[in-house]
Amino acid sequence: MSTQQQQPEEPQSQEAPEDPEMRGAESPVDEKEKQGGDIDQQTTPEEELEGETVHIKVFRYDPEVKGKQEPRFDDFHVPFEKGMTVLDAVMYARDTYDSSLTFRHSCRQAVCGSDAFFVNGKQRLGCKTQIADLEQPIRIEPLPHQEVVKDLVVDMDHFYDQMHTVEPYFQDEDTPNPADLEEQRQSPENREKIKMSSRCIWCGACMSSCNIAAGDNDYLGPAAINKAYKFAMDDREGEEIKEHRLRILEQEHGVWRCQTQFSCTEVCPKDIPLTEHIQELKREAVKKNLKFW
Amino acid sequence: MYEHDVIVVGAGGAGLRAAIAAHEAGSDVAIVSKLHPVRSHTGAAEGGINAALQEGDDWELHAYDTMKGSDYLGDAPAVETLAQDAPEDTMRLEHWGMPFSREEDGRVSQRPFGGLSYPRTTYAGAETGHHLLHTMYEQVVKRGIQVYDEWYVMELATSDEDDPNDRSCHGVVAYDVQTGSVEGFKANDGVVLATGGPGQAFDHTTNAVSCTGDGHAMAYRAGAPLEDMEFIQFHPTSLPSTGVLISEGVRGEGGILYNANGERFMFEYGYANNSGELASRDVVARAELTEVNEGRGVDDEYVHLDMRHLGEERIMDRLENILHLAEDFEGVDGLVEPMPVKPGQHYAMGGIEVDENGQTCVDGLYAAGECACVSVHGGNRLGGNALPELIVFGKRAGRHAAGEDLGEPQIRTGYGDDVEDETETELPVQPGSAGLESSGGVAADGGVATDADGLVERAVERARTRVDTLMDRDDGVQHAEIRQKLQNAMTDYVNVFRTEEGVKKALRIIRECREEYQNVYVDDPSRTFNTDLQQTIETRNLIDVAETIALGALVRDEFRGAHWRKEHQERKDDEWLKHTLISWDDGEPDIFYRPVILEGQDKTYEPKERSY
Repeated sequence: MSTQQQQPEEPQSQEAPEDPEMRGAESPVDEKEKQGGDIDQQTTPEEELEGETVHIKVFRYDPEVKGKQEPRFDDFHVPFEKGMTVLDAVMYARDTYDSSLTFRHSCRQAVCGSDAFFVNGKQRLGCKTQIADLEQPIRIEPLPHQEVVKDLVVDMDHFYDQMHTVEPYFQDEDTPNPADLEEQRQSPENREKIKMSSRCIWCGACMSSCNIAAGDNDYLGPAAINKAYKFAMDDREGEEIKEHRLRILEQEHGVWRCQTQFSCTEVCPKDIPLTEHIQELKREAVKKNLKFW
Repeated sequence: MYEHDVIVVGAGGAGLRAAIAAHEAGSDVAIVSKLHPVRSHTGAAEGGINAALQEGDDWELHAYDTMKGSDYLGDAPAVETLAQDAPEDTMRLEHWGMPFSREEDGRVSQRPFGGLSYPRTTYAGAETGHHLLHTMYEQVVKRGIQVYDEWYVMELATSDEDDPNDRSCHGVVAYDVQTGSVEGFKANDGVVLATGGPGQAFDHTTNAVSCTGDGHAMAYRAGAPLEDMEFIQFHPTSLPSTGVLISEGVRGEGGILYNANGERFMFEYGYANNSGELASRDVVARAELTEVNEGRGVDDEYVHLDMRHLGEERIMDRLENILHLAEDFEGVDGLVEPMPVKPGQHYAMGGIEVDENGQTCVDGLYAAGECACVSVHGGNRLGGNALPELIVFGKRAGRHAAGEDLGEPQIRTGYGDDVEDETETELPVQPGSAGLESSGGVAADGGVATDADGLVERAVERARTRVDTLMDRDDGVQHAEIRQKLQNAMTDYVNVFRTEEGVKKALRIIRECREEYQNVYVDDPSRTFNTDLQQTIETRNLIDVAETIALGALVRDEFRGAHWRKEHQERKDDEWLKHTLISWDDGEPDIFYRPVILEGQDKTYEPKERSY
């Protein structure tokens, strides 16, 4: 066994929230981060970390196991390697020190969207967040505003439900027969228009960062609205269906709830201009004289 | 017990397509997947979908390129089916709203890919798989198909006749990751395995952590043979530190490979004088490693892939995703410097033996996608041929499982009078099960139950016992240790270059892993989201699958496609125009062979020297 043993500290219950379901905006964050400190700033050059260990503080909670029901942070010291990501660090900690450390992950290349965590006070994908870019100790928590299932795993059901609310599937007006090998034509410009919106990987980071979604459970939220944008702006569906889609988005808990705080846009790991898409849908609705709230 | 007509295991491209097809055929279908569907590894596919769509191209050219690419180990009926069905199935995706890249006139765009005689790769930027996966999941939502996500399928419920050809599959047993509950899923008409690749058998892989060969291992232990497992594709361009894939689209658009001396080695050293960087993947992967081995690699590890000359506009239009990957995972700006790349395990050409309708030799058990071997890829898969395989054979498996008549298949499966059953290769160890726990025990023990309900119940009991045993053990070895040892052995000895001695060493280490697995234990006592337990079960699957890969690599003493053997530097058509089949026979692997089918619909594909 390596000399880099886990160094458990006293459970920091004074810092930990009492009810894991209520975590989120109330989550403990460093003063600096509260003040909007620049946590993205490259604080430790990679060369300086060579041969060093990285100190991560990982949120732990298991509703079932005695002694783990009280939320706490566990400290792990992980040997640094060039290019190491937050996901690499928690995987190392799990495989070497504590196999019960639980988190979702799969592709390791920012496309499956499983490993969105709250890292040093910001929603990020573990697999594409470089350790060298973060201030230590690195605090890794589950996504705020979602119910915690265990450790870093949150319940995604509400997120998926919202995604499904916007009828997230193509609705063609009259398409040619695919057997004739004839496609619905789409201009490169129109494809370009929907390109960014089509990149969403359903990681949930945007929803978790959104104050409005946190306060209004029925708000469709940035991810679902962006999904609807992708279809509404796709010329192939035709005007009638576009209007149907806009009506869904115009509902009381739709686009007008957005207060353009840009937090979703800021955290999106795929750089989707979510806030802009929401504003554009508001403009479309006004143009079409749809009811708005 | 849950009950549906068709149960699809896995929710990547093949699984979703199978479910949609079964649903369209009027079946009550459910998907059971250890991940939420949009998390599936199909989403990581980048390059595109080969389909003869344009004038000047036709399915016969696609079939020819695929047979040549396969090094004449593809079965012509499967290859021709792929080429014939791909155009309509690709168009169907377009009609489902898939955001393909477009030409000025609004038609879907196509680009050149390695080993293709026509630029027939349809694509959506360099993130085709992501769009394909999401587009098909949207169609699943539209149809209201039931999805059990984060349910990990552990066992098949199969009858226990001595001859696998007489067995039948009646459902699966799955473990609810969120709650730890183990439940039966009865399938009235069929089970379709669409569980993806076994890339996690290797240390350096482009594959997701979830690609653990679960379907392979379950089908294998149920009696369906695994076919051509020795043929593992090593993608020439993966990022050295992580294994993240850099699409062949980069070379398709004109990207160039350089060695440390700045030489364009594909031409300079004569690896592929005609196609250069666009030779097929096995050729390019070997060329890169030869450069490194001969001291012309960068940092003795990798080579450079340069796309700067393509210009920012073209890169942003067609390869933008590659810029992000190189930046995020290697810290390299592809617009101003070349990207470091090396070969990484990428794809398994082999898999569960199935016919053109996706059926295995076990009645009611189907497989599609990377976990299956139809076989269309033979010794080497062409870039852009994995995604059409998903949609074409996913659809066929779904329809057939739902009871549609797709006609008599030309490809035979299982042990029959057309197989050859002798292997002279000496094995360094006794492969297969070690001890009772790992014997697999897929059929109903004791043969008490014969009805479907009883078979599923028995399988559930067996799975619950297995989970309890793993959870009750207090001490022993942890799966992560065994898995790492296995992955290292495969990467060290069953990689791009293979020697007899090396592969034997790998088999000995695999044997050790099996024995250590007898003492594996789960440290996490929780039933809630116990990934420790799940990964422990996956590790057992990886051991079984890795063993078939190494066994196949040992017995095939020739050089074909991706399978390079130091002692055998030639393709031996007289002896080896046949598939390697390995079946689990009472706890031991049994190796046999079936001739490859080179007769197509109108012509025979005569083996020729494969040069690019």
